[in-house]
Amino acid sequence: MSDLIGGNGCGVRIGVYVCHCGTNIAGTIDVRALAEFAATLPGVVLARDYKYMCSDPGQELIKKDIAEQNLTRIVVAACSPCLHEKTFRHATEEGGLNPFFFHMVNLREHDSWVHTDKVAATEKGKDLLRAAVRRVKHHKPLERRQVSINPDALIVGGGIAGIHAALTMANAGKHVYLVEREPTIGGHMAQFDKTFPTLDCAACILTPKMTAAKTHPNITLWTLSEVEKVEGYVGNYKVSVKRKPRYIREDVCVGCLECVEACVYKQAKVLDEFNLGLGKRRPIYIPFPQAVPQLVLIDPESCIEFKSGTCKKTCVEACAERQAIDFKQQERFEEIDVGTIILATGFDVFDASRIPYYGYGTYPNVYTALELERLVNASGPTAGEVLLRDGTKPKSVGIIHCVGSRDDNTNKYCSRVCCMYSLKLAHLIKEKTDAEVYNCYIDIRAPGKGFEEFYNRVSEEGTHFIRGKVADVFPTEGTNQLTMRVEDTLMSMVRQISVDMVVLAVGLEAQSDAQDVRRRFNISSSTEGFFLERHPKLAPVSTFTDGVFLAGCCQGPKDIPDTVAQAGAAAAEALALIDAGAVELEPNTAYIEEELCSGCKTCIPMCPYSAISFVADKKKAAINEVLCKGCGTCVAACPSGSIVQNLFEDVEVFDEIEGVLAYA
Amino acid sequence: MSKPKVGFYWCASCGGCEEAVVDLAEDVLKVVEAVDIAFWPVALDFKRADVAAMADGEMAVCFVNGAVRTSEQEEMARLMRLKSQLIIAFGSCSHMGGIPGLANMTDCETLLRRVYQEVPSVANPDCILPQERCEVPQGSLTLPALHDTVSSLDQMIPVDYYLPGCPPPVKLIKDAVSAILQGAMPPKGSVLAPDVAMCTGCPRKDSKPEKLLVSAFKRPHEIQIDPAKCLLEQGLLCMGPVTRSGCDAACVEGNMPCTGCLGPTGRVRDFGAKALSAVASIADATEESKIAGVLDKIVDPVGTFYRYSLPTSILHKRNRHEGNGAH
Repeated sequence: MSDLIGGNGCGVRIGVYVCHCGTNIAGTIDVRALAEFAATLPGVVLARDYKYMCSDPGQELIKKDIAEQNLTRIVVAACSPCLHEKTFRHATEEGGLNPFFFHMVNLREHDSWVHTDKVAATEKGKDLLRAAVRRVKHHKPLERRQVSINPDALIVGGGIAGIHAALTMANAGKHVYLVEREPTIGGHMAQFDKTFPTLDCAACILTPKMTAAKTHPNITLWTLSEVEKVEGYVGNYKVSVKRKPRYIREDVCVGCLECVEACVYKQAKVLDEFNLGLGKRRPIYIPFPQAVPQLVLIDPESCIEFKSGTCKKTCVEACAERQAIDFKQQERFEEIDVGTIILATGFDVFDASRIPYYGYGTYPNVYTALELERLVNASGPTAGEVLLRDGTKPKSVGIIHCVGSRDDNTNKYCSRVCCMYSLKLAHLIKEKTDAEVYNCYIDIRAPGKGFEEFYNRVSEEGTHFIRGKVADVFPTEGTNQLTMRVEDTLMSMVRQISVDMVVLAVGLEAQSDAQDVRRRFNISSSTEGFFLERHPKLAPVSTFTDGVFLAGCCQGPKDIPDTVAQAGAAAAEALALIDAGAVELEPNTAYIEEELCSGCKTCIPMCPYSAISFVADKKKAAINEVLCKGCGTCVAACPSGSIVQNLFEDVEVFDEIEGVLAYA
Repeated sequence: MSKPKVGFYWCASCGGCEEAVVDLAEDVLKVVEAVDIAFWPVALDFKRADVAAMADGEMAVCFVNGAVRTSEQEEMARLMRLKSQLIIAFGSCSHMGGIPGLANMTDCETLLRRVYQEVPSVANPDCILPQERCEVPQGSLTLPALHDTVSSLDQMIPVDYYLPGCPPPVKLIKDAVSAILQGAMPPKGSVLAPDVAMCTGCPRKDSKPEKLLVSAFKRPHEIQIDPAKCLLEQGLLCMGPVTRSGCDAACVEGNMPCTGCLGPTGRVRDFGAKALSAVASIADATEESKIAGVLDKIVDPVGTFYRYSLPTSILHKRNRHEGNGAH
C-alpha cells in the first residue's frame, strides 16, 4: 500500500484508488506508476494502489480517506462495474458522500486482461484514469427511487418448469397467473413415457403436479392463452393476455367426453398434434387422457359447423342441458398487474428433415426420438407397442445420436439430454420388442447422478454401441430395411448396418418464436436463440430486465431435474423480490428540461419503454421517470439537446472522451 | 456624454447581413441617433487607417459578419478586436462558418482549379490562377492570401456575443441593440436568440403526429407542399427541431423547410450530428439494407446537415489525407 498526496485542486477533492486485483491487474499494469500518475491530475488530492479494493480493508480505506482528507469524489480503478460498482458506491455512501460521487474505471476487463504489453497497458490505464477523473468532477448527487413490488406473479409456459415454479410460489402464499398457449399444461414432459435414469413413469410423477396447479387456490391457470403485451417495470408490470376461444364453456364442461363420442365424425380423421401426427383425433377432442384442465376443445379448422354451418351438432345434443358447447366464443384479452415474471417457455425439438441424408420424412420407418416416446407410451397411438408403419414389430433398431447437435451445419452445442434419452429408448425398445438395438454415438455424455450407472446397465442389456457419426441412411436393396452407414471409430472400419427402424436423437432448439417472446419481455438471447441469463454462474435464472426470471429449457437445453431445480430457483428469486416489498431503481434516468423542450415529438416513438408522452396542454414532451430505464435513446435523438440523462450528461461524456484522448 | 462608437465589418459573406441592418427600416434612424457609427466600409467612407488610428477599445461594439478565409479578413478581425470593447459575430458565417465554410470540404488548390479551369463556362487557356503577388509594368500588385481552411470568427478572435441567422432576423438585431444600449447583456458567449428549438412556435406544430416515420425524404421541388401540414411529415428535411428559434419560423411561413441558419441550441455541440441523429430517428427503416434506401434520398448530406456550420462542427473540415485514421 502506498499513499501519494497531491494538491492541485479545482473545487473538488478527488481520491483515486488503483486496485491490484491480486495479479489480475498488477501482473500486467504498473499499478504504482498509475497511482503516481493519478496524483498529478487536476483535482486529485490522494491516490493509492491497494491489493484488493473490494476487501473490507479496501473499502475502509475509502471511508477513512473521505473523513480525513475531506474527499468529495471517489474513483476506483478495478474490475467491471457489473461486479463491484455497488460495493464502492456503498463504501462512498458509508463514508458520508452521495454514492453517485463515485466513478469506476474498468482496469481489468478493459485493460489488463486484454493486453500483454505492460508498458502500453499502463499507458492505456493512465488514459482511462484521466477520463474518469475529468468526468467525476461533474457528478451530481442523485437519489435512488423506491418502487413497491406487486406480490402477484406471472409464469409463462405450463411445462414442468412453469408448473413447478407456480406451485412453489403459490405454496408460499403468492398469487400466480400460469399462462399456457396449448390447450393443456404438461409441456414436453407429458409426452414422455419414462424418464432417465430412474425409469420413473413420466405421467405418474407429472400429472399430480398438473392437477395441483389446476386446483391450487393461489394459481389462476389460463390455457390457450398467450402474452400479447408487457409494459411497466420491475414490481409493476402490466400484462395483456390473449385468451383464445376453446368453444367450450370452461365453467360448465366436466370433461365427460360424451360430446367427443357423439361427434358426427365417427372415425377420427384429424392428425393428432399431441401424438405428433402418429394418431388421429376428432374435431372435438381432449389432447390426452390426463390433460389439465380436463376440458374438451373444438378445432375450428376441421369442425364441420365452423366450416359450413350445416353440421347436425350431435356434440351439442350429447352435452344436452349442460350446454357447454359455444360456437360463438371469441378471442378476448385479460389485463393483469404483476410484480414479477418467470419465463418457462421451453424448447422445440430439432426438425430432423433439415438433415436430408438421414431420410426423415422420406423413409417411413425413420422416426424422431419424440415420436418414439409416443410409440412406447401406453396412452400413445399404438397403446405402447413399438410398431413400424406397416404394423409389424421391428427386429432391429438403430438410434442415431447428435441429430442437430454438435454439428457445424446445424447446431454447434450439445443438447445435453439426447445421450441419456437414447439410452432410455434403447432400453424401452429392447424391453418391448427384444429387437437388436444399435446406438451410434459421437461420445456418450453421462455426467449426471446415476447416469453412468444407467449407461452401464443398458450396455449390459446387450445394446450395441458404435462410436461414430452416421453418414447416411438409405433403403437396403431388396428388403424393407434401412442401412446406416457409419464409421466405427473404435474398430477403424466403415460399417453398414441394416435395421428395420431408425430413431433420430434430435436435439433441443429455442422455440421458433423465441425472438418475438424475447422482444416482448425485453430480454436478451444468446446466439443460439436461447434466453440469456444475467450471469452464467452467479445469476443463472435472472435476466438483464429486473423482475423477469428464466426457468427450464428456454434458457438452454437441460434435463428434468435441472429444469425443476432452476424453476425452484427462479421462484425463490421472485419470492425474494416480492418479500422485500420494494426495490430501489437506479437514478441514471433521463429527464426533459421542460422550458427548453420545443415539443417537436422526435423522442416519443424512440422510447423502447413507452416512458415518454406528449403533454397536450403544455405542448411539450415528458418522461415518466419510473418507466425510464436510462437507455439514452431519447437523449441522442432530442434535436435540441433538451433531454438530460443523469450520470451521462453531455459535459460528463465529452469530458470523459477528451480525457481518454488527451494523451501525447 | 459622447455617443458610443459602433463599427460594422464584413469578411467572407454575401452582403445579406449588411442588408439586414438596412432592413431595420426607420428604426435604423433610432440606432444612428443613439450611436456614433465609426466604421462601416459598405455604407460609409471609412478606411482601415481610420480604425488603426483609434485607441484600443475606443469602439463600444463592433458587428462582424462573414467567415474568415483570407489573410486580410484575419488581419481586420484582429484589428477590430483590438479597437472594440465588444465583438458581436453577426450572421451564420461569422457565427458558425456559414455557406463559405462548406469550402472546408475541399482545399485551396482544388478549389482554384475548379473555379478557374474546370468550370465549363470558364475560358482560361493559359491556366492563369490568382496570385498573391503579380508584377506589372506599373509595379507590384498584391492580393490577400487565401487560407486553406475557412474559420468562424471565434476561431480567429475572441467573440463576446453571437447574432445568429442568415441573415439575422430584424427582431433579434433590434433586441440586441437595445440590450447593448441599456447595458442589459446576458453572460458573455451567449447567442442572442431564444434557446428553444424552432418547433416551439411553428404554426404547423399541431399537425405533427406523435409517431412520425418518414419512408421517403423529398426535396421541395419534388412535391406540392401542403401549406398547413408539418413539413417533416411531408418528407421534407425541415431543420426546425434542431434549430434555435428567433426567426418566427420565417421559412416555414413561406412554405419552405427550415434550413437551420440560426444554428443549434446552446445545449448542442454539433448541429449536423444532431440533425442527422434526429433524421435517423424518424427514418422508417430498421433493416440495414432499407436504411440505405431511405437515406440515399438525401442529396448532399453535408450541404444539408452542415449547411451553415461545417467549420465549427466536430468534423471541422474534410480529412484529405490518405490512409485510415490520419488527421
